[in-house]
Amino acid sequence: MEKSAVFNSSRLLPYALLAPQLIITFVFFYWPASQAVLQSFKREDAFGLVSEFVGLENYHALFAQPEYYRAMLTTLVFSTLVAGLSLLIALLFATQADKNLKAAPAYKTFMIWPYAVAPAVAGVLWFFIFHPSLGTLARPLRGLGLDWNPLLNGNHAMTLVVMSAVWKQIAYNFLFFLAGLQSIPKSVIEAGAIDGAGPMRRFWTIVFPLLSPTTFFLLVVNVVYVFFDTFGIIDAVTGGGPAGATTTMVYKVYADGRLGGNLGGSAAQSVVLMVIVIALTAVQFKYVERKVQY
Amino acid sequence: MMLRHFGLATTLAATLVLATPAYAVIELQWWHAMTGANNDVVNKLAADFNASQSDYKVMPSFKGGYADTMNAGIAAFRAGNAPHIMQVFEVGTATMMSATGAIKPVYQLMKDAGEPFDPKAYLPTITGYYSTSKGDMLSFPFNSSSTVMWINKDELKKAGVAEIPKTWPEVFAAAKKLKAAGHETCGFSNAWASWVHIEQFSAWHNVPIGSKANGLDGFDTELKFNSPLHVKHLQNLVDLQKDKTYDYAGRANAGEARFGSGECAIFLTSSGYYGTAKGTAKFDFTSAPMPYYPDVAGAPQNSIIGGASLWVMGGKKPEEYKGVAKFFAFLSDTDRQAKLHQESGYLPITKAAYEKTKADGFYDKNPILQTPLKALTNKEPTENSRGLRFGNMVQMRELWSEEIEAALAGKKTAQEALDAAVSRGNAMLRTFEKTAK
Repeated sequence: MEKSAVFNSSRLLPYALLAPQLIITFVFFYWPASQAVLQSFKREDAFGLVSEFVGLENYHALFAQPEYYRAMLTTLVFSTLVAGLSLLIALLFATQADKNLKAAPAYKTFMIWPYAVAPAVAGVLWFFIFHPSLGTLARPLRGLGLDWNPLLNGNHAMTLVVMSAVWKQIAYNFLFFLAGLQSIPKSVIEAGAIDGAGPMRRFWTIVFPLLSPTTFFLLVVNVVYVFFDTFGIIDAVTGGGPAGATTTMVYKVYADGRLGGNLGGSAAQSVVLMVIVIALTAVQFKYVERKVQY
Repeated sequence: MMLRHFGLATTLAATLVLATPAYAVIELQWWHAMTGANNDVVNKLAADFNASQSDYKVMPSFKGGYADTMNAGIAAFRAGNAPHIMQVFEVGTATMMSATGAIKPVYQLMKDAGEPFDPKAYLPTITGYYSTSKGDMLSFPFNSSSTVMWINKDELKKAGVAEIPKTWPEVFAAAKKLKAAGHETCGFSNAWASWVHIEQFSAWHNVPIGSKANGLDGFDTELKFNSPLHVKHLQNLVDLQKDKTYDYAGRANAGEARFGSGECAIFLTSSGYYGTAKGTAKFDFTSAPMPYYPDVAGAPQNSIIGGASLWVMGGKKPEEYKGVAKFFAFLSDTDRQAKLHQESGYLPITKAAYEKTKADGFYDKNPILQTPLKALTNKEPTENSRGLRFGNMVQMRELWSEEIEAALAGKKTAQEALDAAVSRGNAMLRTFEKTAK
């Protein structure tokens, strides 16, 4: 027998109930997104005084820039590293915190703290800790004979922004992994233990598959995070430098739009970025979700 | 019946309340980008002005770095609530100028408000930067500075450098000595890489940054700073970076701390660094003019200004503009200007303030503050040294710094880096030219 609710009183009621959610989605997603699409076909000065329709010119100009392809590559490296590392490290921490530890509550609280730090503040902290001549941790590094210089060395700068972005995201991932771990019934794991499975085997054959809905959710969220939310960190730590080594696609959107006042070109970039993220998310749902066991 | 009367009464009361603001003080928003000692200067100026009269209240608010402040102002304008006064750094000048309608030109403002205003009272090397080719002043110069070379006299003495270096080869030699005497991580350095090594460097050597008098004569300008002289200079820096005789200190001015901490004993940056240097440096320091290449004919020419000016945003009420005009007249007062100059290290903007400071014998005791003025007025300005005005300059500076970084990191040769900076910059100029009409 199928179970379904029937609204007899009013045909409008279901829509009214849905309205808050729909309005929020429309106002905060569809409307700005459509504005970006519209803007990408226009050329405007910074103040919005002159505006003209230029068709696909912004897109042509964008794909003629070698820097844009470089930013794509940088984004690929950056996002793989950040999403991968923050998921792995958070999973490791969560499995450790899930054990019966004496100081577990304190440990968990400390793990969650970094999430409360604003990206720009986190960026400034890391910038100063690792500033080649002012940084407290940069000096020991130099003492070890490493010529640490994120101001000029692109790899060092990339390492620095990746570390800051990972540090920031671990807390979030940790929280979800921990919740996921705690919802796995102990009896299943105990049954495995009785059957003679070691800790590693129990983890990979029981815990990890049961955790897959959480992992999948975090994968999607983390990809969105690295693509969109990391520009504050990059801006504060490296400003996209040195020599464009940490200019990711979203940072370039910001730099061209805000610093350069080129809103059309910037909008074209955000449309491209939006398409990429939508495609990535679709791929994840189509192929990765199949492996998820709810 | 009772209720209806009550409603009427409240409406009446509300109307009365709403009608009274005519007696209220008119608030004038002033967005600025001043940090440290200079932030205090801004707040003090506003407080003094507010105390001097009771009709207007200037409300300063800090909006972040120069680029952030400008962006905040532009965004606010688009949203319809721009501040009355906005501090914009000199490289934003072209963008602001081309935004007819978004701004209220200062000469117009003063005329409308009937405030006494004589453009000739201001130093031409400074106002020239913020005026049209006809000489109409568009924005009000606030904090002007120029590039100088800061010298840690104690360390130079210790390293056996007897005289303050005057030319680039002398700077390189002094830096090598400093390095040998223990300054292993930094012989010399600078802040604002593109400002110092491209913009000021060009003016000081009387070579063009771009055509059309560096853009002052029109937006159809093309960049020219990939000349053999520019390449030679960048190549020298690249060579010295290898063993840190020169050590790059980042794009903006965070690297200035390396002078104050004593790490870098020779440091090129703004003359406006004076206030901070006075507060932080625990050694004997002074400022010297920028170095030059002695084999370049006519060098040194004259330096150009940096710093920022105050722009008045468009679309405000006449009585608010009156307040802004009063505030600018207040700022131009000779005593106030002279004091501002002597305390902050920024340049005086009026001739009278300069003469007064000179007459007081201030420069005899503080030659540091005269260095940038001497450099600015070293020679009669040429096409190459009047100033510069390029569209999209805010981002262009980032782009130029990017290419300098690529050369210093060894990813490109000096020639390749400057060629790329010029061609990418030209592409941006063309985009700007299309929107600025």
